Amino acid sequence: MPEASYPDDLLYHDQHDWARLEGDEHAVFGITWYAQDSLGEVVFYDPPEPGAAIDKDASYAEVESVKAVSDVIAPLSGEIVEVNEALADAPEKINEDPYGEGWLVKVKLSAPAETDALLGAEEYRKLLDA
Amino acid sequence: MSDLRRTPLYARHAELGAKLVPFAGWEMPVTYEGVREEHSAVRTHAGMFDVSHMGEVEVEGPGALAFLQRALSNDVAAISLDGAQYSVLCAPDGGVLDDLFAYRLGGDRYLLVTNSANHDADLAELGARARGFDVAVRDVADRYAMLAVQGPHARAIVAGTLGIELPPRMRVATVRLGGRPALACGTGYTGEDGVELLLDPEVAPAIWAELLEAGVVPCGLGARDTLRLEACFHLHGNDLSPERNPIEAGLGWCCKEETAFVGAEAVAAAREGGTAEKLAPFKIEGAGIPRQGNPVMVGEERVGEVTSGSFSPSLEIGVGMAYVRADLAEPGAEVEIDVRGKRRAARIASKPLYESPASRKEK
Repeated sequence: MPEASYPDDLLYHDQHDWARLEGDEHAVFGITWYAQDSLGEVVFYDPPEPGAAIDKDASYAEVESVKAVSDVIAPLSGEIVEVNEALADAPEKINEDPYGEGWLVKVKLSAPAETDALLGAEEYRKLLDA
Repeated sequence: MSDLRRTPLYARHAELGAKLVPFAGWEMPVTYEGVREEHSAVRTHAGMFDVSHMGEVEVEGPGALAFLQRALSNDVAAISLDGAQYSVLCAPDGGVLDDLFAYRLGGDRYLLVTNSANHDADLAELGARARGFDVAVRDVADRYAMLAVQGPHARAIVAGTLGIELPPRMRVATVRLGGRPALACGTGYTGEDGVELLLDPEVAPAIWAELLEAGVVPCGLGARDTLRLEACFHLHGNDLSPERNPIEAGLGWCCKEETAFVGAEAVAAAREGGTAEKLAPFKIEGAGIPRQGNPVMVGEERVGEVTSGSFSPSLEIGVGMAYVRADLAEPGAEVEIDVRGKRRAARIASKPLYESPASRKEK
């Protein structure tokens, strides 16, 4: 398990999700180090269907550890354009590399201005320390 | 979490960086390094669980046997000296108030090991049932720490490291641990061979440290639950409850109605007349992890409910136990589990869901 980290190039949602913007209209989503650590070893990722519309602050997927289920909250609204198929066979990537190989979905954003409501890395770290 | 009780091993758990959670009024380790790793240690090597939260009740006196025959479901007269036996504590209507192990420590002295969540209620119930019998029923929960050491190598490590002779399965031996009297029991809750040690709380941390040094892997309640579920051992509060009788729970084998225990008539009626539902283990056929409370479906008909569900680390699929319509409680029957709105195909399985190579060899 890697050490706790919260990369500076990501935007954070207070429900422990991250978004990495790719251009003005697309983003990659995942869960933060804190989220995967709280959950424990992820054994199952139930992804949404490509094409599905997702809403900021609403659940769009589930990740499960041996003992618990956790909803994954969308940090921004949009449409799913790709899901990380590799996680079907290797959901532990969410623990091992939550910001890299453990990414969950790629999304075409429907309201890019929503990014204003997200937290920077420093703010998110402060939230965790509070 | 200040109102939670802590076991004598609390400091050891904290030192190891365990994830601690509230459980039945106690602050208990749910995992140290990860549930899968701990689960695997017990299946392949040896793991140890602090189960000091479990309750102990001592029953002593000339009327001990007659009292326990009345209070517990099994034939207590069949327990020889230094023997162990599984029983349920039934309400008059047959509902299961608790399940427990009884150890015979002397001619008229027995020790009962209760579930922590039920310990106080059990004591009150046993006390009430003891009226009219020449017997003392004592709460001795504070007298014991409890350490379950389980796995194919558990016995060899415990015997070698602690220098004690261990009893065979389903027997108990009085030993000395840390210079104090203790009990070594050939019982467990994992489906693997092993022992459960009932020891003086003061010496428990040193014994834990010795076993840790000898390579026994600390395991939390998370692995304890996945291990017992794979072995199809019941968990009271999930698979057993006052609303369910032992016959529908598949525990008819530990009920001897001829002993006239409290609830025997209701149990006999259930045995004779059959029950509408039965507890059955199942495996999910593809993706999905069942959880407690999930409905069991056949088409649009709800035919049961999951009482225990988890990812099985040994089988790497979702497994569980569910009360289902009696005609469906047969290995091979096809059902669906409604996992938060998604139908997951499942098949009723035989017990146990997983049997370790080590325990298979012994049979």
